[in-house]
Amino acid sequence: MGRFEGRKVLVTGGARGQGRNHALRFAREGADVAVIDSVAGEIETVPYPIAEPEDLDRTVELIEAEGRSALAEVADVRSAEQMDGAVARIAERFGRIDVLVVNAGICTFGPIESMDRDLWQTMIDVNLTGAFNSVRPVVPLMLEHGFGRIVATSSMAGRAGWENIGHYAASKWGLIGMVKSLALEVADRGVTANVICPSSVNTPMMHNDSSYRLFRPDLENPTMEDALPAFQSVNVLPVPYAETDDISDAVLFLASEEARYITGATLSPSTGVNARNV
Amino acid sequence: MASFEGRTALITGAGRGQGRSHALRFAERGADLILCDIDSDLDTVPYGLSRRSDLDETVELAEAAGARVMARVADVRDTAALDGLVADGIDSFGKIDIAVANAGIAGISTVAEMSDEAWGNMIDINLSGVFKTLRAVTPHMAGRGYGRMIATSSIVARQGSPNIGHYVAAKWGVLGLVKSLALEMAENGVTVNAVCPTSVDTAMIQNEAFRDLFLPDRDEYTLEDVERAYTELNPIPIPWVQPEDISDAVLFLASDEARFITGEAVPVALGWNARTAA
Repeated sequence: MGRFEGRKVLVTGGARGQGRNHALRFAREGADVAVIDSVAGEIETVPYPIAEPEDLDRTVELIEAEGRSALAEVADVRSAEQMDGAVARIAERFGRIDVLVVNAGICTFGPIESMDRDLWQTMIDVNLTGAFNSVRPVVPLMLEHGFGRIVATSSMAGRAGWENIGHYAASKWGLIGMVKSLALEVADRGVTANVICPSSVNTPMMHNDSSYRLFRPDLENPTMEDALPAFQSVNVLPVPYAETDDISDAVLFLASEEARYITGATLSPSTGVNARNV
Repeated sequence: MASFEGRTALITGAGRGQGRSHALRFAERGADLILCDIDSDLDTVPYGLSRRSDLDETVELAEAAGARVMARVADVRDTAALDGLVADGIDSFGKIDIAVANAGIAGISTVAEMSDEAWGNMIDINLSGVFKTLRAVTPHMAGRGYGRMIATSSIVARQGSPNIGHYVAAKWGVLGLVKSLALEMAENGVTVNAVCPTSVDTAMIQNEAFRDLFLPDRDEYTLEDVERAYTELNPIPIPWVQPEDISDAVLFLASDEARFITGEAVPVALGWNARTAA
């Protein structure tokens, strides 16, 4: 029997990447899973393709293949109205939401000195305000049931500064501030809220030309092979990135009974990058 | 939860409390055990320490759970005793996969009034004892290319706390040691992490000296008064966690699910950490 038998789980950014994997892992351990994604194909300022409707359909198929119920809602985390609507419809179908994984996010690149205002604003809107828009409609539902597990995806860039992703780092530091505050507000009512801080993860966010260029500024058209040693040089354990399953392992631990007394915490499945930090 | 079938775990301070809980939880999940604890009291510790009979009882319980167990009285201040235990343990079981540096003491004094002996015992046991324990297994684990080290720090290793400055200093030191060793061992397949508990329901806090510390203005008090005073520390409103709650985090860090987590400190702290940076 799985750790999440009968639980109702909601994952934002669930069409692919880390979000899809979290959804499948929860389903495999007995949960019914709803996924929300913008499936917009593209978002302004983001240099790599965003998930498509077919990705979301595929996630639903994969959850159902685990023998669990799946729900999918198309909503942009930047829109409070869309998120409120999507969460209300999921809550109506599922009856409740036990676990919320705040996973939707983007990564773009540029130094602060020349950063377009749009690049900054879209980052904050998606990664920080989007996280608030995800948490905001779900928390009252959890408090009503006196139970909830919220796990939000920050980053090692939420614990330190990094060149060329100052807006991303700001959004991920802000996310930790929000989750710690939320954890204190709901601690006496059965809800925990925690953060995971991955380093690089083997997903489309890492595997695209602009990411390769960030890590290999010395080359004009770097390939994945060029980028792999540079990815690894950032990490402490000798790997270029963690796999999505490694991040899911941490998410599921924080959502499990084993972590019932852990809240307001950051957990770093970050291949040891945190060893150089607090 | 993960299986530890075929694994061997070394646990210090295994006579009772958290150490016994870790031992039994590893035993239930298939591990063989190498255990030690002290068999005497210390002048600077205001409660009785573990006795041979406590360790014997842990051994009985672990064997009843199916583990093969090697146990002996050993003080973590004693390098020769620890090195001997590790060598004999490897002789008996062929290897050590997991080391839990758990042994520790508490004491009460302001820094202004602290004796050299109180400071010295604290640092010798809670910091140097962790160093001696982890150093004893380091060559073996590095040589095999596999190891999971977990040290018991404390949530006060994220802040200051009056009346236990030596304890706080030792536990901050443990995090510095853990993070540095994590970096040194990263290429060797060995992860090194810490757990940071809040108050745990063991002899370390359930004694008159600590109750007087928490209720300084009261000549008489009930257990309810004590529970209320401890509860005030914790955002999740209960006075303390159980040793088994710490074991949940220790076993997670020792499992394959945490293979890319190293140099990390996991707070099992009822949300106390939501008020700190880490």
